[in-house]
Amino acid sequence: MTLTKATHASKSGDFGKRKAYIKRYWQLYALLSLPLIYFLIFRYGPMYGVQIAFKDFNLFQGINGSEWIGLEAFREVFAMNDFYITLRNTFMLNFLDLLVSFPAPIILAIMLYEIRNAWFKKISQTLLYIPHFISWVIIGGIVYQLFGTQSGMVNAILQGLGMDPLPFLTDKNSWLITYLFTGVWQSAGWGTILYLAALTGVNKELFEAADVDGASRMKKIWHITLPSIKPTIITLLILNLGKMVSIGFDRPYIIGNTAVREYSDVLSTFVYRIGLESGQYTLATVVGLFQAVVGLVFILGSNYISKKVTGDGIM
Amino acid sequence: MSSRTSNRIFDIVNITFVSLFVLFCLLPFVHMIAVSLSSNRAITSGEVTLLPVELNWGAYTQVFSDHSMLTSLGFTIMLTLATTLLCMLFTIAAAYPLTKGKLKGRKFFMYLIVITMFFSGGIIPEYLLIRDLHMLNSVWALILPGLVSPFNLIILITFFKNIPPSLEESAEIDGSSYLHTLMKIVLPLSLPVMATLALFYAVGRWNGFQDALMYITDPQIYPLQLKLFQMVQNNMVTELTQMEGANRTALTPEALKAATVVFATVPILCVYPWLQKYFVSGVMLGAVKG
Repeated sequence: MTLTKATHASKSGDFGKRKAYIKRYWQLYALLSLPLIYFLIFRYGPMYGVQIAFKDFNLFQGINGSEWIGLEAFREVFAMNDFYITLRNTFMLNFLDLLVSFPAPIILAIMLYEIRNAWFKKISQTLLYIPHFISWVIIGGIVYQLFGTQSGMVNAILQGLGMDPLPFLTDKNSWLITYLFTGVWQSAGWGTILYLAALTGVNKELFEAADVDGASRMKKIWHITLPSIKPTIITLLILNLGKMVSIGFDRPYIIGNTAVREYSDVLSTFVYRIGLESGQYTLATVVGLFQAVVGLVFILGSNYISKKVTGDGIM
Repeated sequence: MSSRTSNRIFDIVNITFVSLFVLFCLLPFVHMIAVSLSSNRAITSGEVTLLPVELNWGAYTQVFSDHSMLTSLGFTIMLTLATTLLCMLFTIAAAYPLTKGKLKGRKFFMYLIVITMFFSGGIIPEYLLIRDLHMLNSVWALILPGLVSPFNLIILITFFKNIPPSLEESAEIDGSSYLHTLMKIVLPLSLPVMATLALFYAVGRWNGFQDALMYITDPQIYPLQLKLFQMVQNNMVTELTQMEGANRTALTPEALKAATVVFATVPILCVYPWLQKYFVSGVMLGAVKG
């Protein structure tokens, strides 16, 4: 008797609690429902669609109707010469970019930090950040104007200096210069922000002590400024290494062209080309999936290393 | 050499290098402006560097009388505004509930969102999804797929969490609902971070190109970047056909292309200096999160 009463009481208590909980939180669930629906449809929807990597997909039968073929498409992709070329190019362009575009903001940040005229420093920073906001399409337009073989300004200057014009857009080796140039141009200024932020934390007394010791400016940069941004440098370097397999679409697609495809075709443009231009949806999905999985391994790996080395990561 | 003179020399060298780098960033723009204001003859013979040669405004008259270009500009402005507004609404709607530790399922929802930062279906499944939703050639294909950036969402969650809880609690004691607290207390305190995120979304949309290339074939709703791209590609054709000695007079004049590039850059350059500090603070917020 007493027992049933107790259960009854606790049940109605539960019910009352739940009612109170819903009453209290329903607005939050209502708010959250909209973005969650978005994530389910537009982020998880494509993940559902990834199954066509294992199917002989055609547009009429759709994702569900197409026939399973197991790993056949993977075998086909791994036998494609173009796949290896684009994979190599992805690594190559990323690596060269890292070599050129990674040190640039560090040097620039140190130079900016050494400027004592606050006004000059501010103006410089404002101007240096601008390229970051320029779309690749516009950069492409500028690049074709600057680097054209016939009428480009760069070649006009080279010829003025008595040198032969370089086919910056049509010869694959010269094209690499063009590609790397755009990277430095676009990212060097903007990349200084994190380093400059790290430098605001430097203890000014260190510089004063160095002054007492009569240290030169270069010495101070070497022994104070650089060591204070070292953790930032290492973290960013490791995280950048983690992005070796991932490459944006816009830059290689717009800056590249058919004449230099041997170098400019990367995984992202390859997926677009065989998938949307040639309609080989299954093969393109396989390449995309390969890139996503390997990219994930790289990112998790670099993050793990970054945490081990610096105690800092993205997660 | 006294340390004062060596200091002076260091400063001069340093300022010179920084100035050179600034010039390196700006000269391409200057060159484009010069080209856009020069005669086609001067451009093709490579005489134009940083100042217009045989000044002529013809290219700009042509850009501004090109109806499709102005339509595209107007469309892109509307698209950017609408995208930014919707993105912000959805990001706020996701961020606020996810700051409430007592909300059941919060952790699960967080995982659901964070996973998408590290893995995605790839562009082919995305394309097929848009196709199955019958959104090809629709404005929605340019708005919906990027509605919430998990990265921006996490920045906003971090910011909301740093608002002193006492402020919200006092409102709750007064019987204010969550929605009310969000509108009256949380959002007004978060204006700077919201400006930053709105700018990220806006610049992303304004500069966005790949989705338009994939989803839009109807010239009526070409965003500016796609329209520009076709001109750039045209440029490339010029470069390639030149090697084969083809006749170039039939192709779009260089000045017109340059004027179009300038035309598409100016809106960004006009807005940018006023908003710079929000962008910079955005980078910092992103880094702090890490």
